[in-house]
Amino acid sequence: MDFTVILQAGIASGTVLLFATIGELFSERAGVLNLGVEGMMLIGAMSAFSTTIATGNPWLGVLVAMLFAGLISQIHAFIVITLQADQVVSGLSLTFLGAGISLVLGEGLSKAGTVALLPDFSIPLLTLIPIIGKIFFTNQSILVYFGYLLVPLSWYYINRTRPGLHLRAVGEYPSAADALGINVFRMRYFYVFVGGMLAGLAGATISLAVSPGWFSELTTGGQGWIAIGLVIFAQWDPFRAAVGAYAFGALRRLILDIQGPLVLLGFANPFYYNPYLGFFLQMLPYLFTVVVLVIGSREAMRKRIGAPAALGNPYVRGERGK
Amino acid sequence: MTEQTSSTEQKLIIEMRGIVKRFPGVLANDHVDFKLLHGEIHGLLGENGAGKSTLMNVLAGLYRQEAGTILVNGEPKIFSSPRDAIKSGIGMVHQHFMLVPSQTVTENVLLGLDEPRFIMRLPDYDSNIAELGEQFGLKVDPRAKVWQLSVGEQQRVEILKMLYRGVDVLIMDEPTAVLAPQEIEGLFDTLRAMIAQGKSVIFISHKLQEVSAIADRVSVLRKGVATASGVASKGVSRQELARLMVGRDIIFALDKKPCQPGEIVLDVRDIYAENDKGLPALRGLSLNVRAGEIVGVAGVAGNGQSELSQVISGMRQCKKGQVLLGGDTVSNHSTLFGIQHGMAYVPEDRNHVGSAPNLSITDNIIMKKYRKSPILKNGLLDMKAATKLANELKQAYDIIVPNVSTPVRLLSGGNLQRVILAREISGLPSFMVAVQPTRGLDVGAIEGVHRLLLTQREAGAAVLLVSEELEELLSLCDRVYVIYEGKIMGEIMIKGEGHDEGLVDTIGQMMTGTPLDQIQKEGVVANG
Repeated sequence: MDFTVILQAGIASGTVLLFATIGELFSERAGVLNLGVEGMMLIGAMSAFSTTIATGNPWLGVLVAMLFAGLISQIHAFIVITLQADQVVSGLSLTFLGAGISLVLGEGLSKAGTVALLPDFSIPLLTLIPIIGKIFFTNQSILVYFGYLLVPLSWYYINRTRPGLHLRAVGEYPSAADALGINVFRMRYFYVFVGGMLAGLAGATISLAVSPGWFSELTTGGQGWIAIGLVIFAQWDPFRAAVGAYAFGALRRLILDIQGPLVLLGFANPFYYNPYLGFFLQMLPYLFTVVVLVIGSREAMRKRIGAPAALGNPYVRGERGK
Repeated sequence: MTEQTSSTEQKLIIEMRGIVKRFPGVLANDHVDFKLLHGEIHGLLGENGAGKSTLMNVLAGLYRQEAGTILVNGEPKIFSSPRDAIKSGIGMVHQHFMLVPSQTVTENVLLGLDEPRFIMRLPDYDSNIAELGEQFGLKVDPRAKVWQLSVGEQQRVEILKMLYRGVDVLIMDEPTAVLAPQEIEGLFDTLRAMIAQGKSVIFISHKLQEVSAIADRVSVLRKGVATASGVASKGVSRQELARLMVGRDIIFALDKKPCQPGEIVLDVRDIYAENDKGLPALRGLSLNVRAGEIVGVAGVAGNGQSELSQVISGMRQCKKGQVLLGGDTVSNHSTLFGIQHGMAYVPEDRNHVGSAPNLSITDNIIMKKYRKSPILKNGLLDMKAATKLANELKQAYDIIVPNVSTPVRLLSGGNLQRVILAREISGLPSFMVAVQPTRGLDVGAIEGVHRLLLTQREAGAAVLLVSEELEELLSLCDRVYVIYEGKIMGEIMIKGEGHDEGLVDTIGQMMTGTPLDQIQKEGVVANG
């Protein structure tokens, strides 16, 4: 096995997680937990693929995916921001809604055959760097490169710009922001929309670049849930989110690839001969997500790892304190 | 200052005419008139619930009045948000600070402004804000995160926020409630610096001596009605102001019998504990309380008082050390264990920790008694006995409600506190810890709570009173410990009536981190 090849594919696979994680990060930084990432990703993957089949233009596919997923996210926004309902319940139902819609509209898409995909290319000069060049800058999809840009841009936006300052205030202490004339409701709608669009982009990245095609709910295979876990792991920081997303992308590839060869490092490959070991490996990312979510749901721990203080709480104007 | 108070020479900057503001069931402001002169500090006095904050929230654009007009420099204005009020030069510093804890001072000041447009070069603004602070004697590091700041520093950030927005009129809502005596002096200096630079200040307070000390003129509200409007503070006595506030003469001294301390009941030995964020809150704290005495814990809010009371009551684990109640270790046990050993607890948050808001008075009363007869009968609750008990306590503790099935969330602060005290005291505790038991209560209710605490002391119980009101501690307690950053700075005996300025000054120094032995050493050096 050539590990640089696995890592190269891992980066591509991690880009899916990256978009979804950064999107959820924006939403949570504004104080809205959206557990519907998986559903929005399915919407994105399905609409990107079917638009591309219909029009032959994958760029249009990406655009439609982002808009459609963003639109779906606004259902959640309306329920939790305007109607002030429980964010967990609404987010879960968004997952089911997204999955349902994409399965119905995606009926028959799996037999549609091949479509025009987004371009892959290498970056001149950078590709010459030993190992790094091969892993990060050789024959990657254009979306992977976009991911590299998104991380520092997101960090800069959140930490060094005026709208970023307002975003953080809205997630930490909405009444303080409101008292100074910031429209908390509008901001929260907007960032839930951003989260939806990036989840849609994550879906499009799967169906148009990383593993092209539509395989109903297996297309995303629970990556939306991993993204939610990664936001906690990342402690709401884009750079840490990138580290987590790429590490998990690489792990996913490794788990797939390690089960292939008959001989591993000179021994009979146990993962090939014992399928249960393979199942165990495949379970690991989800197990990790469960552990992170359990840790992240503890009130004391959330304060310690720096969760946005108002995360999960609806903002009601005129209530004292938070 | 006395020359300034002659109103004929000074320009009227704000005039509020016939302001009416209603809340469900309450007429908070009943045709109130209020006038602010340019360059004055105007004290706004009143009991809690008299409507002073409401009136000022109307002026600051947070509430909209139902009737009445606001004139700024003679022009009528309608404020639909605090932003409008700030544009007209009126800013308010609220009692509960509106600061984002995870952001820096500069970020908090810039929050909500149109400048900078997009990219923030924070270092540039840091120096602007430091300069502005210098100008008004508001020392605070612009790069510090708000959660790292003391409450006094946070208040300075709030003031800076308003000054940066260029307000001419600053409304301060109970600004001294959270400050140590030295910090209060600093605040007063800042307010005077603002006046000297042509600004005006409205100072809301229920503390008479402060208003007399700082204000040029005073207005008094009682039950939503202005009982005095713009009288010169020099020409009116404290007694007179008190009568205007309360509507009757209040007795400033409590009837307190000499202390007869008995055995040590509560013994806190060298405890260490963390706060919710996992940071050290208590670091090697020791204290004790004897039977028949009230012992106070003084300190500026957030120095470990909450954690201390939680460790004692069993609601928080301690890392090291132990709490002994009547010789038995109660720390790191359940709260039930403490209750069975005679512990009573009057928590800081009476709405959520002290009571279950949606349950009735009866349910709240029996919360510590349902395990035993007469409430427990054949393994079931005897609701008849419970109602009977609740009615008895309602009588005995003067809880004013139509009936005991009323959910406690509908009670006023004073009534709710009486329900909690009734529950705790009727269990005949050997020890009681009370945290801020009078916060937010009106003068009458405060008197009632004080009397109940003194009755406990006379009945031979040990009482630990945690409070941020120095006055309260000095008038009730036999001894006072001063807490600073989770450590005891020293212990002071309170001897009967009348406390001297030196004592307040010493406690003030301890509240800001100077241990008592150091103060005494320096005192000896200075005297010798």
